[in-house]
Amino acid sequence: MSDTSIPALRAEALESLLIEKGLLSEAEIDQTLEFYNERVGPMNGARMVARAWVDEDFRRRMLADGTAAVDEFKFVGGEVQKLVVVENTPEVHNMVVCTLCSCYPWAVLGLPPKWYKDPAYRSRSVREPRAVLAEFGVELDPDKEVRVWDSSAEVRYMVLPERPAGTEHLDERALAEIVSRDAMIGVAVCESSAVRQGL
Amino acid sequence: MDGIHDLGGKQGFGTIDRNLPEKAFAARWEAAVFTMTRTARSCGALQNTDQFRFAVERIDPVAYLTHSYYGRWLGAVENLLVEARVVSSEELAERVVASGGDADALIAARPDPALGPIAAETASGARRPVSAPPLHELGQRVQTAAAPSSGHTRLPAYARSRCGVIRALHEVWVLPDSNAHGAGEQPEHLYTVEFSGEELWGAGAEPGTRVCLDLFESYLSAADLKKGNNP
Repeated sequence: MSDTSIPALRAEALESLLIEKGLLSEAEIDQTLEFYNERVGPMNGARMVARAWVDEDFRRRMLADGTAAVDEFKFVGGEVQKLVVVENTPEVHNMVVCTLCSCYPWAVLGLPPKWYKDPAYRSRSVREPRAVLAEFGVELDPDKEVRVWDSSAEVRYMVLPERPAGTEHLDERALAEIVSRDAMIGVAVCESSAVRQGL
Repeated sequence: MDGIHDLGGKQGFGTIDRNLPEKAFAARWEAAVFTMTRTARSCGALQNTDQFRFAVERIDPVAYLTHSYYGRWLGAVENLLVEARVVSSEELAERVVASGGDADALIAARPDPALGPIAAETASGARRPVSAPPLHELGQRVQTAAAPSSGHTRLPAYARSRCGVIRALHEVWVLPDSNAHGAGEQPEHLYTVEFSGEELWGAGAEPGTRVCLDLFESYLSAADLKKGNNP
Protein backbone atom coordinates (compact mmCIF):
# COMPACT_ATOMS: atom_id res chain seq x y z
CA MET A 1 0.00 0.00 0.00
CA SER A 2 1.47 3.36 -0.98
CA ASP A 3 2.02 6.13 1.52
CA THR A 4 -0.72 8.28 0.04
CA SER A 5 -3.40 5.61 0.14
CA ILE A 6 -3.11 5.13 3.91
CA PRO A 7 -4.30 8.65 4.77
CA ALA A 8 -6.70 8.61 1.80
CA LEU A 9 -8.60 5.57 3.16
CA ARG A 10 -8.53 6.87 6.70
CA ALA A 11 -9.74 10.33 5.61
CA GLU A 12 -12.64 8.72 3.75
CA ALA A 13 -13.49 6.63 6.82
CA LEU A 14 -13.45 9.69 9.06
CA GLU A 15 -15.48 11.64 6.51
CA SER A 16 -18.20 8.95 6.41
CA LEU A 17 -18.37 8.82 10.23
CA LEU A 18 -18.73 12.60 10.50
CA ILE A 19 -21.40 12.63 7.80
CA GLU A 20 -23.35 9.92 9.68
CA LYS A 21 -23.13 11.97 12.85
CA GLY A 22 -24.57 14.95 10.97
CA LEU A 23 -21.45 17.07 11.46
CA LEU A 24 -20.27 17.23 7.84
CA SER A 25 -21.77 17.11 4.35
CA GLU A 26 -20.33 16.13 0.99
CA ALA A 27 -21.43 19.49 -0.36
CA GLU A 28 -19.07 21.27 2.04
CA ILE A 29 -16.14 19.24 0.72
CA ASP A 30 -17.16 19.92 -2.89
CA GLN A 31 -17.22 23.65 -2.09
CA THR A 32 -13.73 23.52 -0.57
CA LEU A 33 -12.40 21.66 -3.60
CA GLU A 34 -13.96 24.07 -6.07
CA PHE A 35 -12.95 27.20 -4.16
CA TYR A 36 -9.26 26.42 -3.72
CA ASN A 37 -8.71 24.51 -6.97
CA GLU A 38 -10.69 26.78 -9.27
CA ARG A 39 -11.17 30.20 -7.73
CA VAL A 40 -8.17 31.31 -5.69
CA GLY A 41 -4.50 31.30 -6.54
CA PRO A 42 -1.52 33.59 -6.96
CA MET A 43 -3.34 36.00 -9.29
CA ASN A 44 -4.16 38.29 -6.37
CA GLY A 45 -0.50 38.71 -5.51
CA ALA A 46 0.40 39.09 -9.19
CA ARG A 47 -2.07 41.97 -9.54
CA MET A 48 -0.47 43.72 -6.56
CA VAL A 49 3.03 43.27 -7.98
CA ALA A 50 2.00 44.60 -11.38
CA ARG A 51 0.33 47.61 -9.73
CA ALA A 52 3.50 48.30 -7.72
CA TRP A 53 5.58 48.17 -10.92
CA VAL A 54 3.48 50.83 -12.68
CA ASP A 55 2.38 52.96 -9.72
CA GLU A 56 5.18 54.32 -7.53
CA ASP A 57 2.78 55.66 -4.88
CA PHE A 58 1.14 52.23 -4.56
CA ARG A 59 4.58 50.55 -4.37
CA ARG A 60 5.50 52.78 -1.43
CA ARG A 61 2.16 52.15 0.31
CA MET A 62 2.48 48.38 -0.21
CA LEU A 63 5.99 48.24 1.22
CA ALA A 64 4.99 50.42 4.18
CA ASP A 65 1.77 48.50 4.95
CA GLY A 66 1.07 45.34 2.95
CA THR A 67 -2.18 44.67 4.82
CA ALA A 68 -3.64 48.04 3.79
CA ALA A 69 -2.45 47.43 0.22
CA VAL A 70 -4.43 44.16 0.12
CA ASP A 71 -7.49 46.07 1.33
CA GLU A 72 -7.24 48.37 -1.70
CA PHE A 73 -8.18 45.35 -3.83
CA LYS A 74 -11.42 43.51 -3.19
CA PHE A 75 -10.06 39.97 -3.36
CA VAL A 76 -12.27 36.95 -2.77
CA GLY A 77 -11.04 35.29 0.42
CA GLY A 78 -8.50 38.08 0.77
CA GLU A 79 -8.34 38.30 4.53
CA VAL A 80 -4.90 38.44 6.10
CA GLN A 81 -4.10 39.52 9.64
CA LYS A 82 -0.83 41.14 8.66
CA LEU A 83 0.95 41.04 5.31
CA VAL A 84 4.51 42.28 4.90
CA VAL A 85 5.79 42.74 1.35
CA VAL A 86 9.57 42.52 0.99
CA GLU A 87 11.22 44.03 -2.07
CA ASN A 88 13.90 42.42 -4.21
CA THR A 89 16.54 44.94 -5.30
CA PRO A 90 19.91 44.76 -7.07
CA GLU A 91 21.42 44.33 -3.56
CA VAL A 92 18.98 41.97 -1.80
CA HIS A 93 17.07 38.83 -2.79
CA ASN A 94 14.25 37.72 -0.48
CA MET A 95 12.65 34.29 -0.11
CA VAL A 96 9.87 32.98 2.12
CA VAL A 97 9.56 29.71 4.07
CA CYS A 98 7.87 28.30 7.16
CA THR A 99 10.17 25.79 8.83
CA LEU A 100 7.78 24.87 11.69
CA CYS A 101 4.64 24.12 9.65
CA SER A 102 3.79 25.59 6.26
CA CYS A 103 2.51 29.13 6.84
CA TYR A 104 1.89 30.88 3.54
CA PRO A 105 0.11 34.08 2.42
CA TRP A 106 -3.14 32.38 1.32
CA ALA A 107 -4.90 35.71 0.80
CA VAL A 108 -2.56 36.74 -2.01
CA LEU A 109 -1.09 33.45 -3.29
CA GLY A 110 -3.81 30.83 -2.62
CA LEU A 111 -2.81 27.51 -1.04
CA PRO A 112 0.91 26.62 -1.22
CA PRO A 113 2.48 24.25 -3.75
CA LYS A 114 3.41 20.80 -2.46
CA TRP A 115 7.18 21.38 -2.49
CA TYR A 116 6.73 24.38 -0.16
CA LYS A 117 5.27 22.03 2.49
CA ASP A 118 7.78 19.22 2.05
CA PRO A 119 10.71 18.66 4.45
CA ALA A 120 13.41 19.36 1.82
CA TYR A 121 12.37 22.97 1.21
CA ARG A 122 11.51 23.66 4.86
CA SER A 123 14.79 22.28 6.22
CA ARG A 124 17.20 23.68 3.64
CA SER A 125 15.89 27.20 2.91
CA VAL A 126 17.19 28.71 6.14
CA ARG A 127 20.54 26.91 6.08
CA GLU A 128 21.54 26.93 2.42
CA PRO A 129 19.23 29.36 0.61
CA ARG A 130 21.71 29.94 -2.22
CA ALA A 131 21.88 26.22 -2.95
CA VAL A 132 18.08 26.01 -2.89
CA LEU A 133 17.79 29.01 -5.23
CA ALA A 134 20.33 27.46 -7.61
CA GLU A 135 18.20 24.32 -7.69
CA PHE A 136 15.26 26.49 -8.74
CA GLY A 137 17.44 27.99 -11.47
CA VAL A 138 18.13 31.28 -9.71
CA GLU A 139 21.88 31.97 -9.83
CA LEU A 140 22.69 35.03 -7.74
CA ASP A 141 25.75 37.24 -7.77
CA PRO A 142 27.80 36.31 -4.66
CA ASP A 143 27.66 39.97 -3.59
CA LYS A 144 23.87 39.94 -3.50
CA GLU A 145 22.54 39.38 0.02
CA VAL A 146 19.94 36.66 0.52
CA ARG A 147 17.31 37.33 3.18
CA VAL A 148 15.11 34.40 4.21
CA TRP A 149 11.80 35.10 5.96
CA ASP A 150 10.84 32.15 8.20
CA SER A 151 7.13 32.75 8.92
CA SER A 152 7.13 31.79 12.61
CA ALA A 153 4.07 33.82 13.75
CA GLU A 154 0.88 35.12 12.10
CA VAL A 155 2.63 37.73 9.93
CA ARG A 156 2.65 36.58 6.30
CA TYR A 157 5.29 37.48 3.73
CA MET A 158 5.21 38.07 -0.02
CA VAL A 159 8.14 39.03 -2.24
CA LEU A 160 7.93 41.99 -4.62
CA PRO A 161 10.13 40.75 -7.49
CA GLU A 162 12.22 43.07 -9.65
CA ARG A 163 10.53 44.18 -12.86
CA PRO A 164 12.33 42.52 -15.75
CA ALA A 165 13.94 44.58 -18.51
CA GLY A 166 12.09 44.68 -21.80
CA THR A 167 8.64 45.13 -20.24
CA GLU A 168 8.37 48.91 -20.67
CA HIS A 169 5.67 48.48 -23.33
CA LEU A 170 3.44 46.26 -21.14
CA ASP A 171 0.47 47.65 -19.24
CA GLU A 172 -0.55 46.61 -15.72
CA ARG A 173 -2.78 43.76 -16.88
CA ALA A 174 -0.09 42.29 -19.15
CA LEU A 175 2.54 42.69 -16.44
CA ALA A 176 0.41 40.69 -13.99
CA GLU A 177 0.58 37.76 -16.43
CA ILE A 178 4.38 37.50 -16.17
CA VAL A 179 4.44 37.48 -12.33
CA SER A 180 4.81 33.86 -11.26
CA ARG A 181 3.81 32.38 -7.92
CA ASP A 182 7.39 31.22 -7.42
CA ALA A 183 8.70 34.77 -7.93
CA MET A 184 6.42 35.97 -5.11
CA ILE A 185 7.72 33.17 -2.84
CA GLY A 186 11.21 34.28 -3.87
CA VAL A 187 12.44 31.12 -5.61
CA ALA A 188 12.23 32.56 -9.12
CA VAL A 189 12.80 35.84 -10.88
CA CYS A 190 10.32 37.38 -13.31
CA GLU A 191 11.05 37.04 -17.02
CA SER A 192 9.63 39.31 -19.71
CA SER A 193 8.62 36.30 -21.82
CA ALA A 194 7.02 34.27 -19.03
CA VAL A 195 3.35 33.44 -18.76
CA ARG A 196 2.04 32.55 -15.31
CA GLN A 197 0.66 29.04 -15.05
CA GLY A 198 -2.62 28.50 -13.28
CA LEU A 199 -4.95 30.96 -11.64
CA MET B 1 8.15 20.51 21.56
CA ASP B 2 11.31 18.98 20.15
CA GLY B 3 9.33 17.26 17.43
CA ILE B 4 10.02 16.19 13.89
CA HIS B 5 8.09 19.24 12.65
CA ASP B 6 10.94 21.56 13.68
CA LEU B 7 12.76 21.09 10.37
CA GLY B 8 14.78 24.29 9.93
CA GLY B 9 18.42 23.42 9.24
CA LYS B 10 17.97 19.63 9.38
CA GLN B 11 20.14 17.91 6.79
CA GLY B 12 19.74 14.92 4.53
CA PHE B 13 16.40 15.57 2.81
CA GLY B 14 17.98 15.91 -0.61
CA THR B 15 16.71 17.81 -3.62
CA ILE B 16 13.37 19.57 -3.70
CA ASP B 17 10.82 17.63 -5.73
CA ARG B 18 9.05 20.18 -7.90
CA ASN B 19 7.45 17.67 -10.25
CA LEU B 20 4.32 17.46 -8.16
CA PRO B 21 0.67 18.27 -8.76
CA GLU B 22 0.09 22.01 -9.02
CA LYS B 23 -3.53 22.00 -7.89
CA ALA B 24 -4.17 23.04 -4.28
CA PHE B 25 -5.80 19.65 -3.70
CA ALA B 26 -4.39 16.75 -5.72
CA ALA B 27 -7.18 14.43 -4.57
CA ARG B 28 -10.66 14.79 -3.07
CA TRP B 29 -9.63 13.34 0.27
CA GLU B 30 -7.24 16.27 0.78
CA ALA B 31 -10.14 18.71 0.42
CA ALA B 32 -12.11 16.49 2.80
CA VAL B 33 -9.38 16.77 5.44
CA PHE B 34 -9.23 20.55 4.93
CA THR B 35 -13.01 20.74 5.41
CA MET B 36 -12.90 18.48 8.49
CA THR B 37 -10.71 21.04 10.27
CA ARG B 38 -13.79 23.30 10.05
CA THR B 39 -15.94 20.46 11.38
CA ALA B 40 -13.54 20.16 14.32
CA ARG B 41 -13.98 23.87 14.93
CA SER B 42 -17.77 23.86 14.65
CA CYS B 43 -18.15 20.96 17.09
CA GLY B 44 -15.78 22.54 19.63
CA ALA B 45 -12.94 20.01 19.32
CA LEU B 46 -10.72 22.75 17.89
CA GLN B 47 -10.66 26.29 19.27
CA ASN B 48 -7.67 28.03 17.74
CA THR B 49 -4.88 27.74 15.17
CA ASP B 50 -2.19 27.24 17.80
CA GLN B 51 -4.06 24.23 19.19
CA PHE B 52 -4.26 22.84 15.65
CA ARG B 53 -0.53 23.31 15.00
CA PHE B 54 0.26 21.52 18.27
CA ALA B 55 -2.09 18.69 17.26
CA VAL B 56 -0.04 18.32 14.05
CA GLU B 57 3.21 18.32 16.02
CA ARG B 58 1.91 15.45 18.19
CA ILE B 59 1.33 12.98 15.34
CA ASP B 60 3.56 9.97 14.76
CA PRO B 61 6.97 11.31 13.62
CA VAL B 62 7.41 8.65 10.93
CA ALA B 63 3.97 9.48 9.54
CA TYR B 64 4.90 13.16 9.68
CA LEU B 65 7.63 12.56 7.13
CA THR B 66 5.84 9.99 4.96
CA HIS B 67 2.15 10.96 4.86
CA SER B 68 2.34 14.34 3.05
CA TYR B 69 0.84 17.62 4.19
CA TYR B 70 -2.83 16.67 4.33
CA GLY B 71 -1.91 13.32 5.84
CA ARG B 72 -0.39 15.33 8.71
CA TRP B 73 -3.54 17.43 8.95
CA LEU B 74 -5.61 14.25 9.06
CA GLY B 75 -3.54 13.05 12.02
CA ALA B 76 -4.19 16.36 13.79
CA VAL B 77 -7.94 16.35 13.07
CA GLU B 78 -8.19 12.77 14.30
CA ASN B 79 -6.23 13.64 17.45
CA LEU B 80 -8.63 16.48 18.23
CA LEU B 81 -11.86 14.63 17.36
CA VAL B 82 -10.88 11.58 19.41
CA GLU B 83 -9.69 13.67 22.37
CA ALA B 84 -13.02 15.56 22.29
CA ARG B 85 -14.85 12.17 22.10
CA VAL B 86 -16.60 13.13 18.86
CA VAL B 87 -15.36 9.88 17.31
CA SER B 88 -13.49 6.93 18.78
CA SER B 89 -10.29 5.34 17.47
CA GLU B 90 -12.10 1.98 17.52
CA GLU B 91 -15.02 2.99 15.29
CA LEU B 92 -12.61 4.64 12.89
CA ALA B 93 -10.40 1.52 12.74
CA GLU B 94 -13.47 -0.63 12.03
CA ARG B 95 -14.52 1.68 9.22
CA VAL B 96 -11.04 1.61 7.64
CA VAL B 97 -10.93 -2.20 7.69
CA ALA B 98 -14.49 -2.43 6.35
CA SER B 99 -13.47 -0.35 3.32
CA GLY B 100 -10.51 -2.64 2.58
CA GLY B 101 -7.81 -0.80 4.50
CA ASP B 102 -4.89 -2.44 6.26
CA ALA B 103 -5.46 -2.69 10.02
CA ASP B 104 -1.70 -2.56 10.62
CA ALA B 105 -1.00 0.48 8.45
CA LEU B 106 0.89 3.36 10.04
CA ILE B 107 -1.61 5.74 11.64
CA ALA B 108 -0.59 9.38 11.97
CA ALA B 109 -2.92 10.22 14.87
CA ARG B 110 -1.78 9.63 18.43
CA PRO B 111 -4.58 11.03 20.56
CA ASP B 112 -3.63 11.84 24.14
CA PRO B 113 -6.25 10.58 26.64
CA ALA B 114 -5.21 13.33 29.05
CA LEU B 115 -6.23 16.03 26.57
CA GLY B 116 -9.67 17.30 25.64
CA PRO B 117 -11.46 20.43 24.48
CA ILE B 118 -9.99 23.75 25.60
CA ALA B 119 -11.69 27.08 26.35
CA ALA B 120 -13.13 29.01 23.43
CA GLU B 121 -11.34 31.99 21.91
CA THR B 122 -12.27 35.41 23.28
CA ALA B 123 -11.95 37.15 19.91
CA SER B 124 -11.26 36.23 16.32
CA GLY B 125 -7.76 36.42 14.89
CA ALA B 126 -4.54 36.65 16.87
CA ARG B 127 -3.97 40.41 17.15
CA ARG B 128 -4.79 41.99 20.49
CA PRO B 129 -4.84 45.57 21.80
CA VAL B 130 -1.57 47.02 23.05
CA SER B 131 -1.67 47.38 26.83
CA ALA B 132 2.02 47.83 27.65
CA PRO B 133 4.96 49.33 25.75
CA PRO B 134 7.40 46.94 24.02
CA LEU B 135 10.54 45.98 25.98
CA HIS B 136 12.77 46.12 22.90
CA GLU B 137 13.29 48.73 20.20
CA LEU B 138 14.27 48.80 16.56
CA GLY B 139 17.96 48.02 16.02
CA GLN B 140 18.41 46.50 19.48
CA ARG B 141 20.49 43.33 19.84
CA VAL B 142 18.62 40.49 21.50
CA GLN B 143 19.39 36.94 22.51
CA THR B 144 16.86 34.11 22.12
CA ALA B 145 15.98 31.66 24.88
CA ALA B 146 18.14 28.56 25.27
CA ALA B 147 15.72 26.14 26.92
CA PRO B 148 13.56 23.89 24.78
CA SER B 149 9.82 23.77 25.46
CA SER B 150 7.97 20.45 25.71
CA GLY B 151 4.76 22.16 24.66
CA HIS B 152 3.94 24.21 21.58
CA THR B 153 6.33 27.03 20.73
CA ARG B 154 7.21 29.13 17.72
CA LEU B 155 10.87 29.51 18.52
CA PRO B 156 12.56 27.03 16.14
CA ALA B 157 15.39 24.93 17.59
CA TYR B 158 17.91 26.34 15.10
CA ALA B 159 17.36 29.84 16.50
CA ARG B 160 17.70 28.98 20.20
CA SER B 161 20.37 30.79 22.17
CA ARG B 162 21.33 33.02 19.23
CA CYS B 163 21.90 36.78 18.94
CA GLY B 164 20.05 38.89 16.42
CA VAL B 165 18.83 42.42 15.79
CA ILE B 166 15.26 43.71 16.03
CA ARG B 167 14.22 44.71 12.51
CA ALA B 168 10.48 45.31 12.99
CA LEU B 169 7.90 45.64 15.75
CA HIS B 170 4.47 44.11 15.13
CA GLU B 171 2.59 45.20 18.26
CA VAL B 172 0.72 42.59 20.30
CA TRP B 173 -0.42 39.06 19.41
CA VAL B 174 -1.76 36.01 21.23
CA LEU B 175 1.10 33.86 22.57
CA PRO B 176 0.94 30.45 20.84
CA ASP B 177 2.88 28.75 23.67
CA SER B 178 -0.03 29.15 26.10
CA ASN B 179 -2.94 29.52 23.70
CA ALA B 180 -2.28 26.12 22.09
CA HIS B 181 -2.85 24.49 25.47
CA GLY B 182 -5.91 26.52 26.45
CA ALA B 183 -3.80 28.25 29.10
CA GLY B 184 -4.96 31.71 28.10
CA GLU B 185 -3.97 34.11 25.36
CA GLN B 186 -1.26 35.96 27.33
CA PRO B 187 -0.74 38.44 24.46
CA GLU B 188 2.81 39.70 23.91
CA HIS B 189 4.72 42.04 21.66
CA LEU B 190 6.00 40.37 18.49
CA TYR B 191 9.25 41.32 16.75
CA THR B 192 11.03 40.47 13.53
CA VAL B 193 14.55 39.47 14.53
CA GLU B 194 17.30 39.21 11.94
CA PHE B 195 20.13 36.68 12.34
CA SER B 196 23.28 36.35 10.25
CA GLY B 197 24.01 33.03 8.60
CA GLU B 198 27.23 32.79 10.63
CA GLU B 199 25.38 33.28 13.91
CA LEU B 200 22.98 30.44 13.06
CA TRP B 201 25.23 27.97 11.24
CA GLY B 202 28.79 28.89 12.18
CA ALA B 203 31.73 29.29 9.85
CA GLY B 204 30.22 26.90 7.32
CA ALA B 205 27.28 29.20 6.62
CA GLU B 206 26.67 30.39 3.08
CA PRO B 207 28.17 33.89 2.88
CA GLY B 208 25.89 36.91 2.68
CA THR B 209 22.75 35.23 4.01
CA ARG B 210 20.40 36.36 6.75
CA VAL B 211 17.31 34.80 8.30
CA CYS B 212 14.43 36.82 9.73
CA LEU B 213 12.08 35.27 12.29
CA ASP B 214 8.98 36.63 14.00
CA LEU B 215 9.55 36.07 17.72
CA PHE B 216 7.53 36.79 20.85
CA GLU B 217 8.86 39.02 23.61
CA SER B 218 9.19 36.18 26.14
CA TYR B 219 11.58 34.37 23.75
CA LEU B 220 13.99 37.33 23.87
CA SER B 221 16.29 39.11 26.26
CA ALA B 222 18.54 42.11 25.68
CA ALA B 223 21.86 40.77 24.38
CA ASP B 224 25.18 41.25 26.12
CA LEU B 225 27.14 43.24 23.56
CA LYS B 226 30.33 41.37 24.37
CA LYS B 227 28.85 38.04 23.34
CA GLY B 228 28.10 36.75 19.88
CA ASN B 229 28.99 37.98 16.42
CA ASN B 230 27.62 41.11 14.90
CA PRO B 231 24.94 40.07 12.44
